[in-house]
Amino acid sequence: MSDDLDDIREDVADAAHNRMPGPYKGEFPIVVEGVRNAFGDSVIHDNLSLKVRRGEIIGVVGGSGTGKSVLMRSIIGLQVPTEGRIEVLGEDITAARDDADIDIRSRWGVLFQGGALFSTLTVAENVEVPLREFYPEISDELRREIARFKVVLSGLPEDAANKYPAELSGGMKKRAGLARALALDPELLFLDEPTAGLDPIGAAAFDALTRELQDTLGLTVFLITHDLDTLHEICDRVAVIADRQVIAVDTIDNLLKLDHPWIQEYFNGPRGRAAHAAQERIVRPDKKMDNPGKAGD
Amino acid sequence: MRVWADFTLEQDDAGRTVLALTGPLTVSSIGVVDHALRDHAGEIAQVDISAVPEIDTVGAWTVWRLLREHDAELTGASDQAERLIAAVSKSSGDGHTAGPRLPPVTRTFQGVGHQVSSWGQGTLDITSFLGAVLVAWWGILRSPARMRWLAVVRQAELVGISALGIIGLMSFLVGIVIAQQGAVQLEQFGAEMLTVNLTGRIALRELGVLMTAIMVAGRSGSSFAAQIGTMKLTEEIDAMRTIGVSPVEALVIPRILAAVVMMPLLGFYAAMAAIVGGAFISSFTLGIPFMTFILRVQEVVPIHDVWVGLVKAPFFGLIIAMAGCYQGMQVKANAEEVGLRTTMAVVQAIFMVIVLDAFFAVFFTEVGWG
Repeated sequence: MSDDLDDIREDVADAAHNRMPGPYKGEFPIVVEGVRNAFGDSVIHDNLSLKVRRGEIIGVVGGSGTGKSVLMRSIIGLQVPTEGRIEVLGEDITAARDDADIDIRSRWGVLFQGGALFSTLTVAENVEVPLREFYPEISDELRREIARFKVVLSGLPEDAANKYPAELSGGMKKRAGLARALALDPELLFLDEPTAGLDPIGAAAFDALTRELQDTLGLTVFLITHDLDTLHEICDRVAVIADRQVIAVDTIDNLLKLDHPWIQEYFNGPRGRAAHAAQERIVRPDKKMDNPGKAGD
Repeated sequence: MRVWADFTLEQDDAGRTVLALTGPLTVSSIGVVDHALRDHAGEIAQVDISAVPEIDTVGAWTVWRLLREHDAELTGASDQAERLIAAVSKSSGDGHTAGPRLPPVTRTFQGVGHQVSSWGQGTLDITSFLGAVLVAWWGILRSPARMRWLAVVRQAELVGISALGIIGLMSFLVGIVIAQQGAVQLEQFGAEMLTVNLTGRIALRELGVLMTAIMVAGRSGSSFAAQIGTMKLTEEIDAMRTIGVSPVEALVIPRILAAVVMMPLLGFYAAMAAIVGGAFISSFTLGIPFMTFILRVQEVVPIHDVWVGLVKAPFFGLIIAMAGCYQGMQVKANAEEVGLRTTMAVVQAIFMVIVLDAFFAVFFTEVGWG
């Protein structure tokens, strides 16, 4: 095995590690300030601001086309806003124009809407990609083991690791995407509509999984969703995007007290009331953040 | 600076080995110590992680693997470490991550078998695709309103108009090469005037159409395959079917028609460009004035040479469009397949065009259009 040590691209690994400070200790891992995003004449965001607290699950809601996904793409550096500034884990994303300049990519994981798995690789090989990229010194055995336990951690059966994305169902693809997002033990997890297209049982299981992972790994989760049950079930706070801005960030109970027509319609519409009623009926002691011991079981 | 995780081995009071891990046990710091731990052969009775300031799932996995392999006990674990270990221990972690793979010998036989059966399957698929195209044609013949003229015009623009520049330039250059190289050889017999015959006849009969076919296969055949293949992957083709739109009618027929119509036009245009190229170079190297060359072409090239070129062209267009659309329709599963099928579309189209060209060459000579 020690022969392999010679193969380690020491310089590459060193460069990667030297850039890497310890875990983020500040209060707000994501800070969005006065961001403006426009495609041609259509302005998506105008003077949008949002602060995400460390260790919370923040749900982002808004009507279709209000730019929830665009906001996420801006935060992870895929879309450069025309104005404003975005700080992630204390680093300015908007200043870093080049992809390579964004050092913090090893510290977040992203689950895209459709999974965005590499279709020519198996699920486990998908998980290995970021590991290979950032930590070339890790031995093949350990990398394989990591890939396999991440697959299980994401709620997939062990034998799904060797399957190709085309052989998986929609729900399994989401979980496989989650496994890849978790590959590097990120501090930040971005989920774009994770429960869309899942059956209610699968969606509930995914919610529970997100909460459990957040508890166990101490993640900060940025969650875009239309699923009212998800919002009630696992989100600590909810950010509402309307009129090109984040109009409110608060717990659902507090949001309900606001007198904004869209918020009222969203949470007090027939579906909103049903989800709220369901939440009232079920007391969930394990949902509380200060009781994380149960989640690891 | 990077801090690597490390370990020390100690003996406890009872003489048992205690492995004490130090430094952060995270994905970014564990690479080297993992090699050493795997090499360690001796017994370990206890794993002490009290000196570990930071741990993530990869660290937890490594610790858990040590515990499992050596049947050791864990001390000094924080709450978080215990929770992480509990979370990762659900996986056995054994086995490979690659897709299922057979041993080489079996795989060779399997590969040969696959190849043979895919030839059979391919023949069936091509036949059924031909059938589907014929059915769609029949449907359109019976109710011509179903013809998508807009799509035809759009494809004709992509296949024909936008290819004018590159095909013109390519043919012009080929014309120069033929005239120049031909002149060098013919000069030895003092027959340099025959350069005109050579350039004019070869351009109109063969090269104009053949080079155009190769270029169209590369430009349009590949784009047909890639576009339809991607639509197949994104389920657009399935969506069309459910709405009641026949994908063959909406996608394949317009492309075939566009290629069949544009190929003779492009072929003729290419031949003209080649003749102009020949005339251009001859005016320098042979001293034949440009216009004399052009007028001479009219005298020495029999009109049936033009027909030979024009008759072949639509068939080449048909082959290119059919190969592109057929391969596109065969795409399944993943993005790699789009690339593979696109390659196959181009290779098949060019190959079949050349085979067909050989048949035509013999045929036209036999019928007296030598």
